[in-house]
Amino acid sequence: MRLSIDTIVEAVIFICGIISVIFVVLIFGFLFKEGFDFLKDFGILRFVTGKFWYPSSNPALFGILPLVVGSLLVTFGACAVAIPIGVMAALYISEVAPKNMRDILKSSVELMAAVPSVVVGFVGMTTFVPVVKVFFNVPTGLTAFSGSIMLAFMAIPTIVTISEDAIRSVPWQYKEGALALGATKWQTLRRVVLKAAMPGIIAAIMLGIGRVIGETMAVMMITGNAACIPNSIFEPVRTMTATIAAEMGETVKGGTHYKALFAIGLVLFLITFIVNFVADLFLRKTQNR
Amino acid sequence: MKLSNFTIYMVVVLVFLSLFTCAKMQQKNKKHIKRTLCMQIKGSDTIVTLVQALTENFVKQNPSLNVSVTGGGSGTGFASLINGTCDVVMSSREIDEREKKLAKNRHIVPTEFKIGLDGLAVVVNKNNPVDKLTIEQLGNIFMAKITNWKVFGWVNKKIVILSRESNSGTHMFFKAHVLRNSVRNANDEFAVQSLMMPSSQAIYDEVLQNSNAVGYVGMGFTNEKIKTISVAVNKISDYVYPTRESVTNGTYPISRILYLYTNGKPQGIVKMFIDYAISDIGQKIVLEADFVPIK
Repeated sequence: MRLSIDTIVEAVIFICGIISVIFVVLIFGFLFKEGFDFLKDFGILRFVTGKFWYPSSNPALFGILPLVVGSLLVTFGACAVAIPIGVMAALYISEVAPKNMRDILKSSVELMAAVPSVVVGFVGMTTFVPVVKVFFNVPTGLTAFSGSIMLAFMAIPTIVTISEDAIRSVPWQYKEGALALGATKWQTLRRVVLKAAMPGIIAAIMLGIGRVIGETMAVMMITGNAACIPNSIFEPVRTMTATIAAEMGETVKGGTHYKALFAIGLVLFLITFIVNFVADLFLRKTQNR
Repeated sequence: MKLSNFTIYMVVVLVFLSLFTCAKMQQKNKKHIKRTLCMQIKGSDTIVTLVQALTENFVKQNPSLNVSVTGGGSGTGFASLINGTCDVVMSSREIDEREKKLAKNRHIVPTEFKIGLDGLAVVVNKNNPVDKLTIEQLGNIFMAKITNWKVFGWVNKKIVILSRESNSGTHMFFKAHVLRNSVRNANDEFAVQSLMMPSSQAIYDEVLQNSNAVGYVGMGFTNEKIKTISVAVNKISDYVYPTRESVTNGTYPISRILYLYTNGKPQGIVKMFIDYAISDIGQKIVLEADFVPIK
């Protein structure tokens, strides 16, 4: 009896474990199948370096350079805001804050993670966008900057909760050892705790970036969706995700435009894959040290 | 220990079983709904509110029917007609050659019904003193050949162009009749720096709070909080403000016909709905939604 249960349970958890691998392979395969024809016909180089995205023009132009630049700009902006705030908030919550404060902060951060992205977009559009326009004196508030700030809001909870776990799982012996050697609290935090928790923090940051780069609804509502290469962060941009979401509905299944959108999906997938891969390399390096 | 493992296992199995039966039951329910008549309407954002009003009244008269109306743009509507996922397309433009060809390949016969007229209103912020423009000037603005409001005698401010996404019939119509000025096969496009807004409401909202912005929406979206521009065909003709009269008698230069499309000759519930939309009661609803009746 026990043996049979063991084997059954083992098989079940094996399937659960392997299922994510299967899904990733299937998704990649599907993207590749739909996008490859298009890339072959239109030319990868023309696709990736083209500066104009006019899918319904005649002849249609599918250049995703402005979209890639838009996505990267918004992502970098969001990271520049979310990473310092997120990591420092995690340090405060796990190491400095008194217990009452910690409980309040933890639950409110978790609540923040639960806000749906369409709500973030809507709030940003009606409150933050007009402020950006007036404050920075730009022609319109629908800019990459507004998108970055709102996305940072969405990445912060991810970064905080996961880095906080990482920081808290640093063995207390490390801290006590450092303090006993005469290090100040800040020195302990910076040189011992932060260093020991680094792999976890990097994982947190990567998950945050993943959330930002894949975010669709909020960026579609507040970045303005102008498919041109911006000169500064205070100009409207159009991201890859927003393009797919906005145009998927009009395409006829199997048409060129439909396949082009899948090719964008493929590019997006490759970018996130590279981000994860680099993070993994980095993690291994720190662990080996 | 052995027992508790076994219990957990049993609980898991039970949970799965109950989930399975739930799903089965839901499927049964779904089948049940399928049997009552239902209809999918998809397409233009411009007339989605109008068609919603029509269907609400239509369903009130025929309570057993189940009608769903979703927007997304005329292009979205045609795409789903061709993909076979909707029964009626609402559109603010005629079906184009490319779509006709695709439909033919899939043995779908788009059939056209006119349900109303609409003037395309060019709108700016209340604080903007500009109140009349020619088609050529409009084209130059939307293609970013003119990028500053001072050209029109106002302050030195950059023009913010608001456009709809390319899946919008309004986008296509404006491109064909203003940017390309009705010239076939011209290759003019909206400027790359134009902001592609996801809906007419989004254009309205941005115009409302941004004095640099200019955009275009269906007549039904305008009100006294934003300014509607009078448009002239060229410098020597009269500037006309979009009203019911000017759209009906054709003096307003950028007005268009609103359509419903079905696959083949409409039958059953679809026919009932189309007849209702064209009837006097239906046309009254068209008028109430700030569009112009076809008759």
